[in-house]
Order: sequence, then C-alpha cells, then structure tokens
Amino acid sequence: MMDLRELYQDIILDHGRHPRNFRKIEHPTHSAQGHNPLCGDRVTIYVTLDGDRIADVSFQGRGCAISTAAASLMTEVLKGKTTAEARALFAQFRAKATGGEPAPDLPEPLAEEMERLEPLTGVKAYPARVKCATLSWHALEAALKGSRETVKTE
Amino acid sequence: MRPASLRSVYPGPGGFDPKELKREFPIFANNPGLVFLDSGASAQKPRSVIDRVSNYYSTDYANVHRGVYRLSARSTELFEEAREKMRAFLNAADPREIVFIRGATEGINLIAQSWGATFLKAGDEVLISDLEHHSNIVPWQLLRDRIGIRLVVAPIDATGGLDLAAFETLLSRRTRLVAMTHLANATGALVPIETVTRLAHRHGAKVVVDGCQAAPRLDVDVQALDCDFYVFSGHKTYGPTGIGVLYARYDLLSAMPPWQGGGEMILNVTFEKSEFQDPPHRFEAGTPDISGAIGLGTAIDFIEELGRDNILEHEEALTGYGVDRLSRISGLRLVEAGQRRLGILSFDLAGVHPHDLAQVLDQHQVAVRAGHHCAQPLVEKLGLAATTRASLGVYNDEGDIDRLAEALEAAREMFLR
Repeated sequence: MMDLRELYQDIILDHGRHPRNFRKIEHPTHSAQGHNPLCGDRVTIYVTLDGDRIADVSFQGRGCAISTAAASLMTEVLKGKTTAEARALFAQFRAKATGGEPAPDLPEPLAEEMERLEPLTGVKAYPARVKCATLSWHALEAALKGSRETVKTE
Repeated sequence: MRPASLRSVYPGPGGFDPKELKREFPIFANNPGLVFLDSGASAQKPRSVIDRVSNYYSTDYANVHRGVYRLSARSTELFEEAREKMRAFLNAADPREIVFIRGATEGINLIAQSWGATFLKAGDEVLISDLEHHSNIVPWQLLRDRIGIRLVVAPIDATGGLDLAAFETLLSRRTRLVAMTHLANATGALVPIETVTRLAHRHGAKVVVDGCQAAPRLDVDVQALDCDFYVFSGHKTYGPTGIGVLYARYDLLSAMPPWQGGGEMILNVTFEKSEFQDPPHRFEAGTPDISGAIGLGTAIDFIEELGRDNILEHEEALTGYGVDRLSRISGLRLVEAGQRRLGILSFDLAGVHPHDLAQVLDQHQVAVRAGHHCAQPLVEKLGLAATTRASLGVYNDEGDIDRLAEALEAAREMFLR
C-alpha cells in the first residue's frame, strides 16, 4: 500500500486546514456550484473576469481535506490567468489526477503552476478520491461556461 | 468440518468468544490484521455459509418446483427447508408468509407496488420517520408520484430517538400504512416497534418494518411485534448477497396481486389470461436465488447456534465499550441514537472530514463507512453532511474498538496538529 503521506502531503494538509481565497465575491462575473452527492461535499466557485483574464477567483463550501486543498490551490494558480490558460491547466491536471491520457504539454510559465498542483495528483492511486481533487475544477469550468446548473460528480 | 456446536468450542463470557469466532470467518485469515467495522453495510460470511453454497452447487443443484427427477425434488426440498428456517427465525405463524426476495429494498418496493398500489388511493397517508434508509423513503415517493398518496415523516426527538408523542399525533384516519426501521442504520437508534404497531393498529394502519439492522442483532418475533410486514437482507445477516426475506401476514399476501409476472408464479397460462399461484410463490416469479436461500438458511443456523440472546448481549456490551472508548477521544461527537443504541457507532470528529478519516483508518486496516449511509435526510437533520460509522458484528471484540480508537487518534494527530 502506498504511504498515506503521499496522498496527504504537507501542502495539502496546510491548504486543507487554512484554505486560501476562502470567501465570497459579492458581484462575480461568473460563478457555479459543484456537488459530490457521494460524500455531500459542496463548493461554490466565484470568478471575476476582466476581459478574458481572471482578475479574482475564490471559493466557499464544505469538503474533505483533498477537495478543500484542491480548491484553494486552484484559486492560487488561476489568478491572473486567461480562461484559455485555465482550461489548459485543468486538462493537464485532470489527466494527471486520473492517470488518463496525457494532455498537451504546457508552455513554461503554466508548467510551473502545474508543478504547484502536483501534490494533488496523488489521488490517482485512490480512485474513490479523484473526484475530490477535480470537483472545484469542474465547477470552475461550469462557471466560465456560464452554466447555472450545479455540477455533479455522479 | 465445522464444529458441532460453536458455543461448546468457543465458550466465552457472552456464550461465545468473538476473538476465537474470527476463525470461523475466512476473510480474517486472508486479510491478516483486518479490523472489520462495516457489518452494517454487509456482514462477513462464516465458513459454513460459504461451504454450503459451494456444496449445494456441487451435490444438489437443479431448478426448483419443476423437475420430475429426483435431483430437482431434492433441490426443491432444500429450498423449502430454507423457507421454514426463515419462518422459525422470525417466528412467523406459517412458512407461506415467507417470500424470498433479493433484499430488503426489493421487499419494500414489492409492498409499495403490490399492496400499496392496490389498497391505497390518493390522499391516503404513509407515515415513515426521520430515521429511515433511502430504501424506505424512495419506494413511497415513487408510489406517491404514481397514485397521489401523501408521505408523512415522524420526527426524531432531541435525543435522536423516534419522537413517539409526535408520531402519535401524526396518526389519523388517513394513515393507512406506517413504514419504519427497527434499528436506524445511520445512527444505531433502536425503535420501540411494539409501541409503534400498537398505536398504528389503533388507527387502522398496517405496519411495515425494515429489519435490516435488527435481524442480525435481535431476537425478532413478528407475532410479538404484531407487525404486518417485516423485511430483511440476507447479506447483512451473515448470509449471501442477492437474497432477502419478506414476511407478510397471510391474509394480506393472499389479497395482494403479483408484482412481477413469469414462470413459477402461475397455475395456468393462456394468451387470454393467467391464473396465479397462492402465496408465497405468487411473488417469486422466475427462477429464484436458490443457493442464496439455502446459504441464508445456513447463516440462520449459525446465528441460532451462537444463540440470539448471546449475540444481543455481545452487541450491547461491545456497543457500551465503544461508546466509552470513543467518548474519551477529544473532539469526537457520537451521533445521538435515542434511549437505546445498538451495534452502530456513528460519529463526527471535529475538524476532520469523514472521508479523510476513513482513508486514514483504512491505512490502519480499520474498515468503516463514511458518508450519509443512504440516510441523507437524517444525517442532514443532525446538522452534518456526512458521518463516520463503525458497525459491529459477532466477530468484533474490544481489541477492534481499541484499534479504531488508536487509528482515530492518529488521524487527529495528522489533521489537527
């Protein structure tokens, strides 16, 4: 069995305990909810776009350490990125977290941001937990698409 | 070979020694160090059950109720013997009151679709409670959407038990059916079913009891409970998956139409019409889970051999030990379970999400369930999104609870340091 500390690395425990950007944006240009019916976890993502650039992004909700840390790290890496860059990061992150088909390589600055997300990709050894790591990203994707439906993992 | 009497071989303070009893369950030899605390979801199987199913296929297998040949007759006899064991297990008056089904979920759906759709009409009320599993909620919602019955929910009180006073006020002439759990799967709250049936019958309502968690732990007597229907699942009662039991009073069964059509359940078929068998066969369309029924019969033998009083005593003692041991863990809140908690310890550890907790416990080889336990309305009413649940079986001992407590301390250390 894999050492559990590879799943719960210090950075995940830290972001799980002290999530960054854990707040509501009063007048976001985009927002969406994510729900994992299996565990009852809920997350709301708030985004303020300035043109095509993410000027501010935050989240609120309740979830496990993995899903909280994933949302927290996501908001950190996305601030200042374009929506296209956000989608490219998600494609790469999803591929690594699920152990699926590799996504196209990222250009240098984004590759560095991807490295910050690497600790979360330990979930691929725990199939039941992959959804915890990707829930906030799915909600973000829905927010950017302007979807009003709650995104469900099931 | 299995010992003639488990009690004589494994005498313990409660009539048997759970630590020694683990040897009767091959899962523990094959998973050394496993602390299995998820019997509420599904119980492990004793060797006798596993062997019986295998031997039945090797020596006695044929379809039932059809063949002229001796093997089929023998298979039929074994299947009907299993039915008689279920009758005795529930102390039903007549084996014809025992219908083999896939599990409790199917049993409740059968009652809703056959009895409910026939004898209920728009405006009639079905009274359930806050404590129900989804399988005792959703079938009634489906029926409501189909024929317009009203679904009424009796609340729990501040202690987490059924609020009997509130239950009584919700009973009226409109109440045609009360459907209630005997033992709440999410919290371990025991429901005083005798009182529920007495009050319900006073208002002319029939009573369905979901006995999934009670059947493996209590000496269930459907005549003493005076219920009209009782369902349980074989796999939670140390038997195989895919088999369960519906008990229903014979007069009710004989007035109920079939809910599935096919072979086994008919007397005579023409293209114009069919005549149906009498109960229980009327409700057993198609080839039944023969090996499941026979395996469940062996599981019932196993339970009777341990002694149902002994099992109850064991579950009560270990529940008490668990409550004491877990209460000493800082930040741990046991979910309220009313006046009497049995066999299930549902809890919340402040600051640690149940899924993270279950993950760490798994690393310590402690298997528990995390989530809403298919009782989402109850868990949300308790102010939680999810809980962690340890549920007990005959093979659990104090050492298992100690291992759980140690793993919980390790999880606290990891997430809250």
